[in-house]
Amino acid sequence: MFRFLLTRLLATIPVLFVVAVAVFLILRLTPGDPAAVIAGDSATTEQIEQIRASLGLDQSIPAQFAIWAGNALRGNLGESFFFKKQVSELIGQCIEPTLALAVCTIVLAVAVAVPLGVLAAWHHGSWLDRVLMGFSTLGFSIPVFVLGYLLIWLVSMKLGWLPVQGYRRLAEGFGPFIRHLILPSITLSIVYIAVIARITRAAVSEALTEDYVRTARAKGLPERVVVLRHALRNAAVPIVTIIGIGIAVLIGGVVITESVYSIPGLGRLTVAAVLARDFPTIQAVILLFSVAYVLINLLIDVSYLFLDPRIRY
Amino acid sequence: MSEPAATVAEPAEPFLDAPPREVARKLLRNPAVLVGGAVLALLLLIAVLAPWLGTVDPTMLDPGNRDLLPGVAGEVTTLTGETFAHTFWMGTDSYGRDIYSRVLFGGRVSLIVGVAVALLSLAIGMTIGLCAGYIRGLDSVVMRIMDGLMAIPGILLAIALVAMWRASLFTVVVAITIPEIPRVTRLVRSLVLTIREEPYVEAARSVGTPTAAMLYRHVLPNTLAPLIVQGTYICALAILVEASLSFLGVGLPTDIPTWGNIMAEGRLQFQQFPHNVLFPGAFLALTVLAVNMLGDGLRDTLDPRFNERGVRR
Repeated sequence: MFRFLLTRLLATIPVLFVVAVAVFLILRLTPGDPAAVIAGDSATTEQIEQIRASLGLDQSIPAQFAIWAGNALRGNLGESFFFKKQVSELIGQCIEPTLALAVCTIVLAVAVAVPLGVLAAWHHGSWLDRVLMGFSTLGFSIPVFVLGYLLIWLVSMKLGWLPVQGYRRLAEGFGPFIRHLILPSITLSIVYIAVIARITRAAVSEALTEDYVRTARAKGLPERVVVLRHALRNAAVPIVTIIGIGIAVLIGGVVITESVYSIPGLGRLTVAAVLARDFPTIQAVILLFSVAYVLINLLIDVSYLFLDPRIRY
Repeated sequence: MSEPAATVAEPAEPFLDAPPREVARKLLRNPAVLVGGAVLALLLLIAVLAPWLGTVDPTMLDPGNRDLLPGVAGEVTTLTGETFAHTFWMGTDSYGRDIYSRVLFGGRVSLIVGVAVALLSLAIGMTIGLCAGYIRGLDSVVMRIMDGLMAIPGILLAIALVAMWRASLFTVVVAITIPEIPRVTRLVRSLVLTIREEPYVEAARSVGTPTAAMLYRHVLPNTLAPLIVQGTYICALAILVEASLSFLGVGLPTDIPTWGNIMAEGRLQFQQFPHNVLFPGAFLALTVLAVNMLGDGLRDTLDPRFNERGVRR
C-alpha cells in the first residue's frame, strides 16, 4: 500500500509539470512584451522595467519558467495591476463563495444521481429507465446559463420563493447563506447529476449480472439488500471515479453559474480578469483550479483501497 | 475502397462491422437518430435560409422599436429608407434589434463552430493518437502531455486562449478545439493499441507494409465508428462552449449575432424582458439536445462495444 501511494504521488508530478508549463506559456505566447501585457495600458516605463526584472525577462525561457514556478510554489502568484493587489490576496477573498457552491453542488448531485442511477439499473430497460436516461441526455444539453435564468425567472421572479441573485457570507448567518446557494447549486448540479446517474446505472447494471448477485438472490436476501449491499458496493469504484473526473465539468460550470447569479467567487474573478486581460490573475486561477482537480483525483484513487478491498497494488 | 492490388489477399476490413446498406437501415430504425437528425436538419435549414424567412437585418439598430414584447406588430425602416410592416415574433432588444432575426442568424455561428471544432479536433487528435499508439517511443511522452492538458478544465483553457489571441471566429474555434484534442487522442490511442494486436495487422506487417500505409489502410478504418460518435459529442459541447464564451462576454465580438451574445445583452434587463434570454436559450438547448440525441443513437447503432459514454468534457 505504501508503494502504491508513493507511485501514485510520483505520477502526479509530470501532470502538474505539464499544467505549470501550459499556464506559464499562456502569457509567453500572448503577442507583445509580457511585462507590458502584465502592466496593462496605464503603466509607466519604470513599472514595466520593474516587472521585466522580477520576471527575469532578460534570461532564457527555461530560467524564466524556473523563476515563475519557484514563486508560485512559495505562494507568490504575482501582482494584479488591474486590481492593484497581490493575486494571492484576491484569491483568498474569492475562495469562500466558490468552495461553498462547489460543496453544495457535489453533495446535492451525489444525493440525487446515485439513487436515480440505481433505480434505472434496477429497472433496466423499463420505461422508468428510459425516462431517467432521457432526462440525463437533456441534462447534458441544457446550458448552465439557460437553466440558471429559467430557474431565476420561475422560482425567484414568478413564485418569489428565493432571492434572485447575490451571495451572503457564512458569517452573516446560515439562513441567508443557504437561501442564496439553493438555486445556483441546483443549476450547477444538473449536468453533474446527468453524468453520475449514467455511470451509476451502467456500473450497477453490470454488477447485477454477476454470479454473487445470483447467489445473494438464491439464498433469499431481500432485493433491497441485494441491490444496495451487493451490487452498489461493487459498483462504487467507477461511480467515485466519475465523481472525480466530473469535477472538471463542475469547475467549468462554476465560472458560468457565478456569473449568472452574481456570486463574487473565483469564477467571476476569472471572467473579470479575462475582460481586463489581467494575465497574472488568469494564470493563478487556472493553476489553482487545475491543481485542485489533480489533487482531488489523487485522493479518489487512494480511496479505491478502502472502497474495494480486492484492489491491491 | 479502391486500393492498389495488394501483394497478399487482405482480410475484409470490419468497417462498422457491417455493409453500408445494413448500417444505413439500422440507423434509420433508431428513434434517437431519426428525431435528432430531423431536428438538426430543420435547424440547419433555418440557418441557411435565414435571410428568406421573414427576417430583417439582425444587426440593424432601430431606436423606434426598443424593448418590444414578443408578437408585437410594427414597422421597420431599412437603411435605404424603405418602410414595411414587420411582426416582432420574439420581441426586440434594448437597441431595437429584432430578436427573431438575430436568433435565426445566430444559428449559423453555432452550427459552424460545432462542426468546425468537431472536424478539427478529430483530425488533430486522430493524427497524434495514431502516432502515439503505433510508434512505441512517442507513446509515453505524448500521453503525459495529454494527461497534463486534460487536467486543465476545458472552458477555462478556452477562455484563457481567447484572452491571449482576442476573439474572432477562427480563434474561438481553435480555443475550443485545443482542450478537446487530448480526449480524442486518448480514444484513438486506446483503439490503436487494441487494433495493432489483431491478426490482419500482424499479417500486413509480416509482408512488410510500411508504417504509414499500415496506419492509413488497416488501423484508421477501424477507428472510424467510435470517432464519428465522439465527433458528435464534441460538436454538441463546442456549441455549448461557444455560447458560454459569448455569454460571459469573452467570445465573438458583440456585433456578431450569436445565441450567447444575444443572451449576454439580454441578461442586463432580464427581470423586465426575459424573452431576450429565453428565446435564444431555448434554441441553444434544442440544438445541443438534437446533436446529443444523434450521438446517442449513432453510438447504439454503430458502436455497441462502447455502450456507456464516460464524461465528455
